[in-house]
Amino acid sequence: MKHLLEINNLDVKFDTDEGRITAIENVSLSLDQGKVLGIVGESGSGKSVTAKSIMQLNPGNTIYNDNAEIIIDEENVLKYHSKNDLKKIRGGKVSMIFQEPMASFAPAIKIGHQMVEQLLLHKSLNKKEAKSISIDMLNRVGIADAEKRFNQYAFELSGGMRQRAMIAMALSTMPKLLLADEPTTALDVTIQAQVINLIKDIIKEYNMGVIFITHDLGVIAQVADDVAVMYLGSIVEKGPVNEILKNPKHPYTKGLLNALPDINNLDAPLRPIPGNIPSPLDRPSGCVFRTRCPNPTHECKEGHIEMGLLEVSPGHWVDQCCINCG
Amino acid sequence: MKKNILSINNLSVSFDYQENFLSKKQKIKAVNNINLNIKKGSFFGLVGESGSGKTTLGRAILGANKISSGNVIYHDDRKDYNLADITKKEMKEYRKKAQLIFQDPYAALSPRMTVRDIIAEPLEVMGITSSRDETDQRVRDIASKCRLNLEHLRRFPHAFSGGQRQRISIARALVSQPNFIVADESVAALDVSIQADILNLLKQLQDQLDLTYLFISHDLSVVAHVCDIVAVMYLGHIVEMAPSRELFSNPRHSYTKALLSSIPSIDPEKKSRAIELQGEIPSAMNPPSGCVFRTRCPNPCNSCKEGSVEMGLIEVSPGHWVDQCCVNCN
Repeated sequence: MKHLLEINNLDVKFDTDEGRITAIENVSLSLDQGKVLGIVGESGSGKSVTAKSIMQLNPGNTIYNDNAEIIIDEENVLKYHSKNDLKKIRGGKVSMIFQEPMASFAPAIKIGHQMVEQLLLHKSLNKKEAKSISIDMLNRVGIADAEKRFNQYAFELSGGMRQRAMIAMALSTMPKLLLADEPTTALDVTIQAQVINLIKDIIKEYNMGVIFITHDLGVIAQVADDVAVMYLGSIVEKGPVNEILKNPKHPYTKGLLNALPDINNLDAPLRPIPGNIPSPLDRPSGCVFRTRCPNPTHECKEGHIEMGLLEVSPGHWVDQCCINCG
Repeated sequence: MKKNILSINNLSVSFDYQENFLSKKQKIKAVNNINLNIKKGSFFGLVGESGSGKTTLGRAILGANKISSGNVIYHDDRKDYNLADITKKEMKEYRKKAQLIFQDPYAALSPRMTVRDIIAEPLEVMGITSSRDETDQRVRDIASKCRLNLEHLRRFPHAFSGGQRQRISIARALVSQPNFIVADESVAALDVSIQADILNLLKQLQDQLDLTYLFISHDLSVVAHVCDIVAVMYLGHIVEMAPSRELFSNPRHSYTKALLSSIPSIDPEKKSRAIELQGEIPSAMNPPSGCVFRTRCPNPCNSCKEGSVEMGLIEVSPGHWVDQCCVNCN
């Protein structure tokens, strides 16, 4: 079966004044239609850069490696350079929902106008049709008085409503792939619950693939089918959500779960992962997690071990170094 | 029985609001008729959505917002400070006893000051220490208690990660040796691992320095873990208050129940759908009459729906207070 999205051996580096920074190293993942892939990790782990690479939204100083592939519909989007080609993915085949809905709408342009504009860009519609699709979409995501909201500005909507409008806008072009970058982080829990349920319903209805980026493992448990755990630009563990959360193998995944306050187990102490995430400017050689690993093997400590994922049970991949560390 | 460190009686805080210069001035009640006591040595949690008045209440307790009616009394060993009616001199003394830890450790620290100067500033402003040596001593003392590397005191904040910065903010808040700390969303901007570290540090400092916290947060799992008593706020009112285990195992108010069910479970097999509350928190400019929660209540009683029920907490079991209206709704 063909995957909807396939990322192979992706390295992303940024050229900065302080030197060349490795943001992503050797990331490979795949996503099928109708599935949700969760990406978790701390800030600086490369979650957003991965998503932005798919849309090619990374800044001008970005360097991709030559053998990297990001394949959507059998085409490598990293080979796209012309504006017309990029238009096919940005907002066409792929849509993105950002974390801060206030920052992602233009403040001085009516919401309706922004929705219509992108529809006209991607679909052969006239203005009237685009308007009716937009209003229909706003209704779909549960915005009351959609016609009135259509003519309002982003600041006139509350946070939850803005995020719904953002989702409506992302979905109105019927993308095959939706990238949701921390879509519920800025929202209150009750609104977060509404938005999560909305996203789940929509995925089912339109059968699209979703990459859901978050640092909240609870949200991941509720929406994702598969999870990839990222640390300092590398995937250290990936697999079905049940496997990863109930039977984690990598010490970093275990550490994240131990640090999480669990409302069902109030007696469990909160155990932070010792140390800090290293600066990407001095990325550890060998296994990137070795500086914080609670129990590294001798070879790993010296930085002699290459990173690479091994399949420990069907579909469950763990970095080869850390299987031995325990 | 421990003594109260803070008693709040019928506290209301309102702000003037004018749509434009021609329209009439309106009052917005951000905090409405709050009664609560905080016992010395407790870790008091305050939860609620944005717009519920948590921060305003915290600021009123610190004397940073004007109190419109009611009073806040801080009980010191020797003296009581009534914040509704406080002199400038008393306010200066009070500032040494009650301090605030902010949410965003990136915005809270001046980028142009060294860590040592940031931590020392309260001592100098309040005139607590008389010599530079004494200041240095106090700074080093609190910095090591907050697990900061003393070598780092000469550096500037940009050299530090989020967790280290938050430890600097905590050191700054604690350097004047306060007894009472308001921590306003102090872990909200941090990654889980760092959050766990800071929460452990706050707990540890509480034991070491005999502190009382008012811990404001929107994250119920964090509050459940660290607080011993929790109040739930909605639209300026406290709707439920109880010891934290009691509250989380036996919530009585429909708002608390909805909040608890909205926490996404870490267990992928428990894909329960949250009790979805309809709509969003109403505007404080135009709050519902009677019970403020009635517009979103999943199961309101008839008299509540009409807005004829007055709000007010009643004690349903020892120490567990619930708004009287919503005891009947369920």
